[in-house]
Amino acid sequence: MSTTEIRSLSAPERRRRRGIITMGVLGLFALALFALMPKEGQPVTYSFVLGNEWVLIKEWIINSKTGSLIFAAIALASVVLAALQFRARKTIRFASSIFGVSFLMSFLCWAAAGKFIPFTGLLQGGLLLSVPLIFGAMAGVLSERSGVINIAIEGQLLAGAFVSGVLASLLHSNWLGLLFAPIAGALISLLLAVFAIKYGIDQVVLGFVLNVLVIGLTNFLYKKLLIPYQDTWNAATAFTPIEIPLLSKIPLIGPIFFSQSIIVYLMYVVVTIIHISLFKTKWGLRTRAVGEHPTAAESVGIDVNKIRFKNVLIAGAVAGLGGAFFTLGAVGSFSKEMTAGKGFIALAALIFGRWSPLGAVAAALIFGFADNLQGLLTITGTPIPSEFMLMAPYIATIIAVSGFVGRVRAPAADGVAYKRGGGSH
Amino acid sequence: MKNLLKKLTLPVLAFSMALFVSGLLVAFSDSQVLALKGKPLSMIAKAFSTAGGAYWALFRGSIFDPSLAEKSFIQGFYPLSETLVAASPLILTGLSVALAFRAGLFNIGAQGQFIAGAIGASWVGFTFEMPVVIHAIAAIAAAMLFAGIYGGVVGLLKARTGAHEVIVTIMLNYVAGYFLLWLLSTTAFLRPGRQDPLAPEVKTTARLPHLFGSELRANLGFIIALLVAAGVWWLLQRSTWGFRFRAVGANAAASRTAGISVGRTTTTVMFIAGALSGLAGAVQILGSEPAMTAGVGGSFGFDAITVALLGRATPIGTVFAALLFGALRAGGLTMQASTETPLDLVLVIQALVVLFIAAPALIKAIFRLKSVDAGQTVASKGWNG
Repeated sequence: MSTTEIRSLSAPERRRRRGIITMGVLGLFALALFALMPKEGQPVTYSFVLGNEWVLIKEWIINSKTGSLIFAAIALASVVLAALQFRARKTIRFASSIFGVSFLMSFLCWAAAGKFIPFTGLLQGGLLLSVPLIFGAMAGVLSERSGVINIAIEGQLLAGAFVSGVLASLLHSNWLGLLFAPIAGALISLLLAVFAIKYGIDQVVLGFVLNVLVIGLTNFLYKKLLIPYQDTWNAATAFTPIEIPLLSKIPLIGPIFFSQSIIVYLMYVVVTIIHISLFKTKWGLRTRAVGEHPTAAESVGIDVNKIRFKNVLIAGAVAGLGGAFFTLGAVGSFSKEMTAGKGFIALAALIFGRWSPLGAVAAALIFGFADNLQGLLTITGTPIPSEFMLMAPYIATIIAVSGFVGRVRAPAADGVAYKRGGGSH
Repeated sequence: MKNLLKKLTLPVLAFSMALFVSGLLVAFSDSQVLALKGKPLSMIAKAFSTAGGAYWALFRGSIFDPSLAEKSFIQGFYPLSETLVAASPLILTGLSVALAFRAGLFNIGAQGQFIAGAIGASWVGFTFEMPVVIHAIAAIAAAMLFAGIYGGVVGLLKARTGAHEVIVTIMLNYVAGYFLLWLLSTTAFLRPGRQDPLAPEVKTTARLPHLFGSELRANLGFIIALLVAAGVWWLLQRSTWGFRFRAVGANAAASRTAGISVGRTTTTVMFIAGALSGLAGAVQILGSEPAMTAGVGGSFGFDAITVALLGRATPIGTVFAALLFGALRAGGLTMQASTETPLDLVLVIQALVVLFIAAPALIKAIFRLKSVDAGQTVASKGWNG
């Protein structure tokens, strides 16, 4: 390959080409490993019916070898499609989505040979596991797009989970518990905002310390109050799912998206609002300006630190609301360190999604799905140890930030404190 | 002398503030205190005695226990020996974070590197047959090599691709945790006859000798930690490499202009930082906990950072900070056992200390001080830095 040819491609184009090559290699890998290598094929059963939705197909049985072969072939075909579209200088997003899905299905056919896969349940569970990740990633978007690094997502989620669970139990009302979850998250954010913006403390250090503080506090109170006085302090029950009429009856989609608890519906609202307002409103423009070039923003009369303060507080509220999912959205009662590092995976989703709301949602959905698939495959038993499946999102993030799937770039002023009139320091 | 006093003002005030706030937490989460809601005076008295009781237990568990001293005087210092045991890995992981800080890198990965080191030390320790001193050295070397590579990869990725070390190390901590969990389920690492994740004990030939007789657990690991702290001081202050580290930490662009290879420096720093955390893992395994469990990493990720921050990223400061937090850790166990105050209070105290340390302006405002020597503030750079 001559150097002139490389130079004629722009950076995103080179990245895209690298993506296509990676997909091609992965596709061949799937073909060889999942479809050609195994000696005997076994039937895989996919079931599509979960509750009382309208039945389109009940279940689908396919030989694992045939299934892997078909999906690997589709994956390779989509690579060709991507290459053609690349030649024609068109976006390859559609082709890469097809590739992703068929690669996964090829893997699933191989991994679940001879097993029963509740397909709808798998997707529904995946959505549920990604709910806190999505809330957390949205908190990251709000805070980091305005230039404040939010490592404290974990702490904000945990605070939301704790406060919502405890207050729902003490006040005998899930709705009041849910109301206080964002307040708890915002309180943690208040500390972040005051120390980071007012005192200019390093935001990474600060976020980290806040996580330790929340973990310490909730663990302490859990052992001191929630265990001994469980009946009064930790007896909340989860919200029951609300079925949306008609929509919940749609096969596959209904049970996944429209038969969920109130917190999931709130998530749809939050994501929509954040996406629209970040790109279509005055507030969004200001937020992005402050995050990319605070000095320029100030020169046109924007109060940089006020915007940041506000955004960090809202971010905490969003993460706190997401924290309520752990208690009121899932099991009701609080347990020690129940967020279990989800805040950091949310951070990973944020980075993976390149600091854009919808990108972060997509990444969170992938992580949630992978998590659920891992759980299912551990129960049914697979050739891959579950620990390696659990590692996958973390390794994927390292690969993402290392630029193998294209360079990720944070908002330019993210993590840099701003002094009025004096520029960043 | 006056200078030293000025330097100590901030840490001492921060620590007192943290103890005070945590004391309030202990007192006002206590059911007996809460039961006196109607009587403010007796409530305050009870609050004082509750918090005081917890802190007295903390002291008894970390420095000197009069009730143990009744049998033999040296036994009274059992808690102090426990403090040294807890402090040794804290010194080493703290040094790991501090060294990286000085080179402008934020090593959140002490936890993962500690696990890598523990795996190396444990593996060499229980697998091979070797003579006494050599076995321990081999185990330590394996630990430092494994962890050094685990840390060095982070530096290499940063140098080559610009991947931010904070993100990579956070992710690698989880990878190490799951890898250890998997390892402990394999036949090579699972103790024969056990189902729960527990490795075989390292052979006695690889253990670090006790310092004050067999009854006290304080071991050579503490001396190693002190020597390494001196070594890191020498490295940073007296060696050419250390000068490069600090130069890159102070201003990477200027260092590059001056002909220092920033990429190579970053990789070297992260390798050494990893090796230090790995050594901590080895000290833990060979010194005090010969059987590796899935939870061997404990909360060293958090602790190392708090230690380095409290110690202002200097080797000597790190040693004292680690002793303080080691004492909290050791004392916390006694406190939990004798006063029903959960160990997690220690985490709260740690977090508060660092929060107050990090915000000299806040301490100044609270105590109305005119000038406080805030030392060098530790700062990492934004995601793009």
